[in-house]
Amino acid sequence: MANAKSKEKPSSPIGASLQRNDVYEKVTGSAIYVDDLQFGNRLLYAHVLRSPHPHALIKSIDTSKAEKLPGVKVVVTGKDFPERMGLYLKDKTIFALDRVRFIGEPVAAVAAVSEEIAMKACDLIEVEYEILEAVFDAEYGASDKAPLIHPQLGEYYCPNYLFPKPGTNISNHFKIRRGNCEAAWKECAYIVERTFHIPHIQHVPIETHGAIALMDEKGKMTIWASSQSPFAQRNIIAQALHITQTDLRVIAPLVGGGFGSKAGVTMEAIPAALATKCKGWPVKLMLTREEEFFTNFVRQGLTTHVKVGCDKDGNILALKNVMYWDAGASTEYGANVVRAAGYSSSGPYDIPNIETDSICVYTNHPIGGAYRGFGMSELHTGIDQAIDELAEKAGFDKVTFLKKNAISEGDIIVTGMKMHANGIQECIDNVAKSIEFSKKEEPTSPDRVRGKGIAIMWKAPATSPNPGSSAWVELAEDGKVTVGLGGQELGQGTFTVMAQMAAAALGVKYEDVRIAGPIDTQYSPYEWQTVASRLTWSMGNAVRAAAADARRQILDVVAEAWKENPEDLDIVNGVVVSYKSEKETPLANLVIYGLPRENNGGWIGGPIVGRGSFMPQYITNLDLETGQGPRAVVHYTVGCEGLDIEIDKNTGKIHVVKAAASFDVGKAINPELVKGQIEGGFVQGLSSALFEEIRLRNGVMTNPSFVDYRIATAPDVNFPLDVPFVEVPQDDGPWGARGVGEHPMVPTIAALGNAIYNATGIRLDGPPYSAEKVYLAMYDAGLTK
Amino acid sequence: MAYQRITLTVNDLTETVDVPQNMTLLQMLRQKLSLTGTKNGCSAGECGACTVLMNGEPVNSCMVLAAECEGATIVTVEGLAKNGKLSKVQEAVAKAGGVQCGFCTPGMMISATALLERNPNPSDDEIRQAIVGNLCRCTGYFRIVNGIKEAAKM
Repeated sequence: MANAKSKEKPSSPIGASLQRNDVYEKVTGSAIYVDDLQFGNRLLYAHVLRSPHPHALIKSIDTSKAEKLPGVKVVVTGKDFPERMGLYLKDKTIFALDRVRFIGEPVAAVAAVSEEIAMKACDLIEVEYEILEAVFDAEYGASDKAPLIHPQLGEYYCPNYLFPKPGTNISNHFKIRRGNCEAAWKECAYIVERTFHIPHIQHVPIETHGAIALMDEKGKMTIWASSQSPFAQRNIIAQALHITQTDLRVIAPLVGGGFGSKAGVTMEAIPAALATKCKGWPVKLMLTREEEFFTNFVRQGLTTHVKVGCDKDGNILALKNVMYWDAGASTEYGANVVRAAGYSSSGPYDIPNIETDSICVYTNHPIGGAYRGFGMSELHTGIDQAIDELAEKAGFDKVTFLKKNAISEGDIIVTGMKMHANGIQECIDNVAKSIEFSKKEEPTSPDRVRGKGIAIMWKAPATSPNPGSSAWVELAEDGKVTVGLGGQELGQGTFTVMAQMAAAALGVKYEDVRIAGPIDTQYSPYEWQTVASRLTWSMGNAVRAAAADARRQILDVVAEAWKENPEDLDIVNGVVVSYKSEKETPLANLVIYGLPRENNGGWIGGPIVGRGSFMPQYITNLDLETGQGPRAVVHYTVGCEGLDIEIDKNTGKIHVVKAAASFDVGKAINPELVKGQIEGGFVQGLSSALFEEIRLRNGVMTNPSFVDYRIATAPDVNFPLDVPFVEVPQDDGPWGARGVGEHPMVPTIAALGNAIYNATGIRLDGPPYSAEKVYLAMYDAGLTK
Repeated sequence: MAYQRITLTVNDLTETVDVPQNMTLLQMLRQKLSLTGTKNGCSAGECGACTVLMNGEPVNSCMVLAAECEGATIVTVEGLAKNGKLSKVQEAVAKAGGVQCGFCTPGMMISATALLERNPNPSDDEIRQAIVGNLCRCTGYFRIVNGIKEAAKM
């Protein structure tokens, strides 16, 4: 019975840097993305007529000329689809109804036999507008002087953890009232007050959004989309189109970058709406790069007023944070970004007195949605720079000050919840050591000044209170494993990590596990959304449970056949072994056909299907006035970043000498994938800090192309980045893991701002820290001529 | 729209294609030849996702008219691996962890292949310059540069 396979030393796939299971397809060009799907000659092409005005009433729409154009199959407008939709606050419709609220808002759409005809037809649609006064500033928008953008706010469906104020432009006002700030200011020896402006930016996935929709004659619809959220799209689009969730199938091939932009529902609903009017004909819409920049989600702008104080011993006593979010024309998703920034508004600091107002304001700007970090980059840009100055004012070394005030296990945090074990102290030490933070270094040229900056962060998965995950595990006759799951591969490597977890939980080799893809809501098990850095933790728990369930079923069958106790059996490298009798049998065949009983007594077992699901059940709502409650979030991932920079005095250009990023990931299931996430996130953060801004003038994005909206290119990243991670286990994470997808871009702006301050003594009021902005500030300060 | 018949070599195969005069090389590859490995990220020559080799030089295929390709030799990402064996660049970048979402990868593979053809021992800065026109939003470029450096050593 000796089987060589089981004798090989099993090496655990957990903590192993195994190669991604999608890499061959991706380097050979055979990986399939939504635009690569083929639909044959019946395919219709959609084009969207968009609002040219930031705020106007629609007086009339005449589509008759467009409808008569040869090749046009269908023209739709807002009156055809009046249902409101949204992930959290249902405040938007697929097309504008009686009012447009931002430049680029869909007003009508055409499906035609070619893109050219669809575009021409849109030109023939006549829309009469009555222009309204618009709102381009969040603080003005929140005032009673501003015109109302959503007069019907009070009628919108809203979950009970968001607090809109009907009759205003405020769609959510999240408050923290903890301790007594007024009293605490009097005890502060040092206080810093600062205002920061963080501009709108865009996600810039290299693959723009795209979707194809087809409704059959019986009214069943299939949508193929580049999507982080096939299940949320099924739910939201089904409701908007008045079909059942069962009659809507979403198929999501690989995603060419998402960063939050492909979460929830945006443009996918447009081809779906068109498809309802031309049954049997697939309708395709791909966004152009220009459309991608401002017609879908962007990251909302923020103006934040920060006040923070400490006693003479350097203990931070109080923090006041007033945040006005320029959330755009719809806040269906963004209202929860504002909430997340509110309930995490202390940052990873132990502060007894906190007053926060996180205010979500409708403006006539592009729609703010989920963006990698979900409000945390913007929040930390403010507090981490104010605290940097506070440390200096109080006469403390910055590393000492951060370590002294950082949150630790058992501390009661901003919302009243108790903090769990975390490695923030080690993260700070790692970064300080890596960039030799305490060592003052000379610039490499007399034309340059040099400085170092450091910043810490935290972020919790920001979700609804009960986002679920599920998975199944099946085996084929060859004994190899297929894992069904509903979380999406966006590039982060989740399919690889899930295969590692299934392999470990079942007792097979990583190479013998594949993921059932593409994600298809008709066959894949439910997953809320691929957002919030939650998959490794949440979907990982579901996959681990499903694999463990399959394992238990297999061992029960073998134990019965062998008349042994399942406790004495194990699965090693795909072979069931008994430690008691030393019998062995491979998984092949037994996982489908079972095993024969002795003495011609029939059969035991049958096809093995393991199932698992996971949903956090302990999240509670927070008090409307104080933001206090037992448990606001599932957990926090913490970390630290630092930069050593030089600034050219003649140009203002920033050169990074060295950088470091350290995060507490709980357990790195695949260490090289973790490092890859941290590197990529750091550079996205650095790109946002150095270059990126959606330049808005009267509601118009003036730079919607890669020439005018620059992102980091390879020559910009010509410095070493050290990424030593920390592993303090998460109590309910699979093997102790927690997420780190978003976190690396969260503290980068603040760390760079602190480095600029260290080099020049100048505190800029917000990114991007372009050469021009830095040079002019240095010129004004007399540091350069 | 007037059509033009062109004959060219794509990944070692001779192809004769009827193309509208305003069709780009990118559109021809994806729509007429079903070579969907070459990606469209901007249609404006700015992101590099559509990079292919044209007569040995990397070009943004969205900026080249198909009609200009009469007699040309084109290599797309599908032409890099031979008989199922990855090219050095493909193998090394995969191993280095230089692939995340994969959407920039085809263009990146082509630009790196062109670099190593003209400069078998590039410095780090030369590698970064060679892929300056290939935008990647996922990786931060570190592992792509490392992979290309490793490919040069293979």
